[in-house]
Amino acid sequence: MSAKDRTLRGKVAIAGIGETRYYKHGQSPDSEFALALHAILRAGADAGIDPRQVDGFASYSNDRNDPSRIAAALGLPALRFSNMQWGGGGGGGSAAVGNAAAAVAGGVADCVVVFRALAQGQFQRFGAAPPGSAVSGEAALTFPYGLISPAQRFAMRVMRFMHDYGIREGAQRAIALASYHHAQANPRAVMYGRPLTAEIYDTSRWIVEPFRLYDCCMENDGAAAVIVVSAERARDLKPRPAYLLGVAQGSEHRNAARSHNAPLYGTSSFTTVAPQLYDMAGVAPKDVQVVQSYENFTGGVLMSLVEHGFFTAEEANDFLVVDNLVAPKGRLPLNTSGGNLAECYMHGLELVIEAVRQIRGESTNQVADAEVSMVISGPMVTPVSSLILGGEAAL
Amino acid sequence: MATTPYYLPAAMPAPVPEADGLDKPYWDGTRRGELVVQRCGKCRAWQWGPEWICHACLSFEMGWERVEGRGVIYSWERAWHPVHPALKEHGPYIVALVELPEAGGIRMLGNLLGDPRQLVRIGAPVEAVFEPHDDAKVPFTLVHWKPI
Repeated sequence: MSAKDRTLRGKVAIAGIGETRYYKHGQSPDSEFALALHAILRAGADAGIDPRQVDGFASYSNDRNDPSRIAAALGLPALRFSNMQWGGGGGGGSAAVGNAAAAVAGGVADCVVVFRALAQGQFQRFGAAPPGSAVSGEAALTFPYGLISPAQRFAMRVMRFMHDYGIREGAQRAIALASYHHAQANPRAVMYGRPLTAEIYDTSRWIVEPFRLYDCCMENDGAAAVIVVSAERARDLKPRPAYLLGVAQGSEHRNAARSHNAPLYGTSSFTTVAPQLYDMAGVAPKDVQVVQSYENFTGGVLMSLVEHGFFTAEEANDFLVVDNLVAPKGRLPLNTSGGNLAECYMHGLELVIEAVRQIRGESTNQVADAEVSMVISGPMVTPVSSLILGGEAAL
Repeated sequence: MATTPYYLPAAMPAPVPEADGLDKPYWDGTRRGELVVQRCGKCRAWQWGPEWICHACLSFEMGWERVEGRGVIYSWERAWHPVHPALKEHGPYIVALVELPEAGGIRMLGNLLGDPRQLVRIGAPVEAVFEPHDDAKVPFTLVHWKPI
């Protein structure tokens, strides 16, 4: 079998999507495990699949909700696939879909749920220092200097990138404004009814330079799930199938070299991943009609879009203006549900769901005739991942 | 704010060497006021942070070599939001990533001493400054950077 034959392109589809209500962190009345169950059952109902037909689970970022417990709780006849994508942060969001897809395409399982559940009130918050006064390993080289939170961990990558290419603050601002703009049409969004203006952005406090408050994702409670089945099976189900055209994960040479020693430092970690993605999908950046790009921090989105070939770093100041980024008429509608900044920080799985909605024609900020829809997961961490979904016409 | 001999409050997380001994020579060196980093005994490649194997030639003969501690600012950040309880009411502080041309361009972290609101320039020369915490439960020494 040649490398070209070994592809996931067109072999599977996302047939069901499910979400709980999205809450500010600590405000979910349900436990994290119950949230996961609700999202999974809703994805099944959306697809028209009996939850007892689910036979596999994939997640990422050390999700605490064990597939074996879920299988027992749901009374599944058999568990055939349980998979955890290594790596922290949201970098595994698209990879988890890819892992599920590989299992289905390879005959390991038939109906795999990709899910992520978070109740940060029940557990540790992402943006606060973990408890404990002694640290070792990589943390010993960073925490004593106040280099602790994700924002602090990634600010210097963005600072260097902006320095190298003369990128101005307005580029990050446009990304934040686009997410908030889209959230105003999305009643599910935590920031629905809370518009952001350039003035509010410009006067917001620094979290860590070069990130202001609105450059940073929210922290939320909730759960999201999608169901991956074979393309044939998806065609027999009621929702319009969102076929997987391509998926890729990883990072470039020595990205995780300790103490911030990645040879290529000002990067979102996609320089080798994005070409792999396009190669499998058989599309070019110009074919992509709508993008959901994980905002841990807006600077990460900026580098992700460059590394996925939508514009060069030198063009970033000109391209990243609000008009270019908003549906329905922008050149590259971005984060059309409001994303991690303004819809919900469901660790980026809500971005996969929004990408499916675009293919179905069901987004609250719909791009006309969207047939090619991209998700970029977790910039600056490693491994990162991205995927491209397509409608029937894109196959 | 009380005066302290330290750049950040004493209640910040304290570093301890890894249980497997990988970075012990580094932490021992800082206690002597010496900056030591990894260098491959076989191909002479520099390496930081510490790892058991040389990334360039895959030799396990990693040695440790003293460096002068002069470099240039490769990147930096000014943190404002206090993510650790010890930083409440502290105000902004600067973290610098410093490239050491004398050691194959490895990069080291630390705080940038001086006015926390100072203008920082990527490429500016800096030198290492040791900050001993002799009164800590397990004494340790941090390495900071000072503009020169």
